[in-house]
Amino acid sequence: MKLIVAIVRPEQLSEVLGALFHAEVRGLTISRVQGHGGEIEQVENYRGTTVKMALSEKVRIEIAVSNHFVQPTVDVIIAAARTGDVGDGKIMVLPIETIYRIRTGEQDQDAVTPVPAVAAAV
Amino acid sequence: MNNGDIGWMLVSTALVLLMTPALGFFYGGMVRSKNALNTMMMSFIALGPVAVVWALLGYSLAFAPGSPVVGSFAFAGLQGVGLQAQGTIPHLLFMGFQGTFAIITVALISGAVVERMRFGAYLAFIVLWVLGVYAPVAHWVWGGGFLASAGALDFAGGAVVHVNAAAAALVAALVIGQRKDYARHAMLPHNVPFTLLGAGLLWFGWFGFNAGSALGATPIAALAFINTMLAPAATLTTWMVIDLVRGGRVTAVGAATAIVVGLVVVTPAAGYIGPASALALGAIGAVPSYFALILRARTKLDDSLDVVAAHGVGGATGAILTGVFADAAWSGGPNGLLGGNPGQVLIQIYSVLAVLAYSATGTFVILKLVALVLPLRAAGRVEGVGLDVTDHGEEAYTAGDGAILVSPNDPAYGQSSVAAIAFPKGGRS
Repeated sequence: MKLIVAIVRPEQLSEVLGALFHAEVRGLTISRVQGHGGEIEQVENYRGTTVKMALSEKVRIEIAVSNHFVQPTVDVIIAAARTGDVGDGKIMVLPIETIYRIRTGEQDQDAVTPVPAVAAAV
Repeated sequence: MNNGDIGWMLVSTALVLLMTPALGFFYGGMVRSKNALNTMMMSFIALGPVAVVWALLGYSLAFAPGSPVVGSFAFAGLQGVGLQAQGTIPHLLFMGFQGTFAIITVALISGAVVERMRFGAYLAFIVLWVLGVYAPVAHWVWGGGFLASAGALDFAGGAVVHVNAAAAALVAALVIGQRKDYARHAMLPHNVPFTLLGAGLLWFGWFGFNAGSALGATPIAALAFINTMLAPAATLTTWMVIDLVRGGRVTAVGAATAIVVGLVVVTPAAGYIGPASALALGAIGAVPSYFALILRARTKLDDSLDVVAAHGVGGATGAILTGVFADAAWSGGPNGLLGGNPGQVLIQIYSVLAVLAYSATGTFVILKLVALVLPLRAAGRVEGVGLDVTDHGEEAYTAGDGAILVSPNDPAYGQSSVAAIAFPKGGRS
């Protein structure tokens, strides 16, 4: 099992999520973050104040996958997140020590194997 | 002159002016947060250059004595527009009141082109449009032009303002094209409370728009005022019922839209129909726009904030229903179909078609002229980042993290970020 952490441009997020769902990668978490990836800083003006924005809006995507899913997931993210300009982001693949599924208590491989969701009665 | 009339028209002018910032909130809430300032500025900025060109030339082209098609240069630069009586109010006040209509009309068009039209090209477009399209059309109906002679009824601008703006919106959406994410990714309103706030302020301002169009503190102003309260109430109620029947839930964006549609529908009719007719007109008027909105979203037409469905369909419905419900007993003016004058409906349809045809053609020509000098569309990369940063150098919602002060000696000082984002490799090739 690996944890894939991808930092991507917010404007590419829809593209990336669409591609991930298409590739049947379903369990993921995103967070809005700010970072600096060497891109040209935006210059903004507020009344008399001129600022350079050293941090850009980015989205961090975290996905825990089983080993044979690592490469397809990485490929899909690279294809969908790339614009070709500095600031497209990074993908990091990290080892996972243990992983639990809260609902069932399943561990490791079983915990990252998707099961079909059943709509709960409301 | 009459001091009561002057008092009411002063207030009305301020009320109508407030509608343009209100429209900014209505529209601004419906776009994504990265374009919030740009969208609101498309409305707000009309308060500047459009008012200036209106005073310098637009008013003259619309209201100076001229041909049946357009006014003349007689009032250019406000010459001869002083404190002498125009009706029962000072001529200068009449000019200002009409100016607020020109401002909101051009701002309405922006709803069709938000999130991808370059701001500079938009500025050039609205200045040319108010002179080339709005002024002549206002002349046709209110300045003694050929639609006035034909007997067309347009109390406060169903055709002049709403059909006119919607025809321009339709053409602008087609010429400029879809947003790159249109029909590919969901684009949700980023601040629905803004949209509700805008709708509420629009309704408030619209009392000046419709009841002010009586041009005095008269019983007809009271009629138009109450119709402006009742018709949108009926539209909102009908919209709510359709929402409930179709989905079981009453939506907030739907309610805000219903209020605007109801106001649009009653605009041409406000001072010509009785209050019971206003309720009927508002209720009937909800239906075409409701379904036009749903149908539009299934087409390739990226009229992003549905100017055509709300203002075009609503304005045309209102104009035609004015020909149905016009009531001499209430207004002292002409009767409509229900009063035994079916010909009025045909005159109303004629006025809508005339405005539609001219506005669509004029808008197309103006956009093509602007495009010769300024690209109309933002680069795809700019669309991705959002036009707030690129076209205005500001963000609507920023915590300021990582903002580094730039001193006046820094080469980045005063620099625009557009080139950096649109052409990040340093060249324009």
